[in-house]
Amino acid sequence: MTTAATPSFTSQPDAGGHFGPYGGMFVPEILVHPLQELTRAYLKVREDEGFQKELADLLNEYVGRPTSLYYAKRMSEALGGAKIYLKREDLCHTGAHKINNSLGQVLLARRMGKTRIIAETGAGQHGVATATVSAMFGLECVVYMGEVDMKRQALNVYRMRRLGAKVVGVTAGQKTLKEAISEAMRDWVTNIENTHYIIGSALGAHPYPMMVRDFQSVIGKEARRQILEREGKLPDHLVACVGGGSNAIGLFYPFLGDEGVKMTGVEAGGLGSGLGEHAARFNGGSLGILQGTKTYVLQDAEGQISLTHSVSAGLDYAAVGPEHAWLKDLGRVEYTSVEDQVAVDALSELSRLEGILPALETAHAVAHAMQIAPKMGKDQIVIINCSGRGDKDVQELAAWEARQAGKKESEL
Amino acid sequence: MNPTRIEKRFTELRARGEKGFVAYITAGDPDLDATVERVRLLEELGADVVELGIPFSDPLADGIANQRAAERALSGGATLDGILRAVERIREFSEIPLVFFSYLNPLFARGFDKAADLAAAAGVDGMLLVDMCLEESEPFQNILKSRGLDHVVLVTPTTPEARVEGLVSKGSGFVYCVSRAGVTGEQSELQRDAREVLERTGRHTDLPRALGFGVSTPEQAAAYAAMCEAVVVGSFLVNTFHEAGNSPAGLKAASSKIKPLIQAVKGI
Repeated sequence: MTTAATPSFTSQPDAGGHFGPYGGMFVPEILVHPLQELTRAYLKVREDEGFQKELADLLNEYVGRPTSLYYAKRMSEALGGAKIYLKREDLCHTGAHKINNSLGQVLLARRMGKTRIIAETGAGQHGVATATVSAMFGLECVVYMGEVDMKRQALNVYRMRRLGAKVVGVTAGQKTLKEAISEAMRDWVTNIENTHYIIGSALGAHPYPMMVRDFQSVIGKEARRQILEREGKLPDHLVACVGGGSNAIGLFYPFLGDEGVKMTGVEAGGLGSGLGEHAARFNGGSLGILQGTKTYVLQDAEGQISLTHSVSAGLDYAAVGPEHAWLKDLGRVEYTSVEDQVAVDALSELSRLEGILPALETAHAVAHAMQIAPKMGKDQIVIINCSGRGDKDVQELAAWEARQAGKKESEL
Repeated sequence: MNPTRIEKRFTELRARGEKGFVAYITAGDPDLDATVERVRLLEELGADVVELGIPFSDPLADGIANQRAAERALSGGATLDGILRAVERIREFSEIPLVFFSYLNPLFARGFDKAADLAAAAGVDGMLLVDMCLEESEPFQNILKSRGLDHVVLVTPTTPEARVEGLVSKGSGFVYCVSRAGVTGEQSELQRDAREVLERTGRHTDLPRALGFGVSTPEQAAAYAAMCEAVVVGSFLVNTFHEAGNSPAGLKAASSKIKPLIQAVKGI
């Protein structure tokens, strides 16, 4: 089972940031040289033992790694099939996997002499993580966030401000993650000399998809070691939710060469399959170029980017990270989607059975695992990336329940 | 290959010792009739080239003026086919050089080769592709060339000298020199970056250099024109047309604000 990594799955991106036909660097000329400098700086620290040790020490002491690989016994028994393990990224400092990347990038920014940090955020977890590491290093931090997301993730807005970050509301378009990215890029091109832009997911122009994947790969490296120690064998199936796709690629990447390990990425099915009702790029999206990268994009026939919907602020992005597009084409990873209500129900189940309240994003992965586990044997193993905790979603959940109750009443 | 309308215009300007005025407006803002009338007016006022912005839902290189213009155009129902028909209407009365200023996705969605065919057939003379970097440009470059479309490249304050040579070797028509780091939009002061960008560009090409980003007064326009071969004015025109509206009186009011900028450039 422990076959060596197949180079074809882990050899990408090429020097230009391409994952097969996807990825690359589709940005205005003003950003090209800064991105090339960033690429050079990153490739240097990737091989730099001092940098890697500093990062590893902080991941251990500040973030609280390694996170546990928890056997969800009650849930496994309730489903009556495979053994379910949770990779507990929700136990990271700040409550999600996002800080693995923010910490890596802030260390890189310091090496590059940057004194100001900017970020975009959707659900707010990346914004909180970036505000946190900026505070730790005493760096100025500005976070761009769509106004719709500021409303539905108000707790995280409050946290960021407490951490000393400036949160700037974005009013363009759909007022969610996509618009926040554009606004952060506008800031970056204006303040390029002293500013580093920490993108929070495995998307955007090269080197971001590669760099974010590398920083998040700590998840899969730990999980692989932990499951081998615990079970003496590799898992049968990995499941993770996919917005931009950073927690998923972080878990999947170190297993890509392990042929027997199946992997599924779970997108936001939203309210249904109509354009604008969901954020399932692999089920309704087409090849496009958005915010620096070529990938699957939800768009209309005119190439205008579609509105998206998901109950979870972290999954409703109109494009998917380019490496996921490539892994889908290769057939190495399968992608599916889970609708809002199914995700909310899975969140309740995990909370009730295991005392773990996951983020709404994470709940999409939990829901899919709940669908496949009963059909698997009792000796088989599923690992779910429990990418974040759900405290941030409590208000949104209460509002969701109230709306559903209202709907039922009006149907009667 | 025959010279394009852009090349011809700059040859004429050079012969007359005159500086060029490149105007940017967003196509379809607020509708395509307005676009046709604005191009007519800009030509009457002495503009030499018009860049037509193809509206895109996510214009990350644009400041607020052009973002709002794109929103107005899209909510007004602008499509690529509609814009092409507007170009055909302009060609009924004008030979002014027209450049599509576009993000890749709206053209890519049609099939870039098909989009280039249609643009060339309608009477477009060149394209400036905002989010296409040199390293990704080859397939697009070949398509533009084979359709006889000029490829307007950008040189910016962050472009190192070593890149300039590669960029301008791919370019034709004119080179758009960006005067400062940042997004499109008006701004109050000239930046020293501008002179450096122009010099860096001039060392590698004889193509005309059009300097833009942030020009909103006749004084700025004149100062820019003194340094190079042409001046690009965008957000100021977008704002001026938007505020003035599309009535005959509105267009007249807009033209009285725009005329001094063009005169300032032509007076150099």
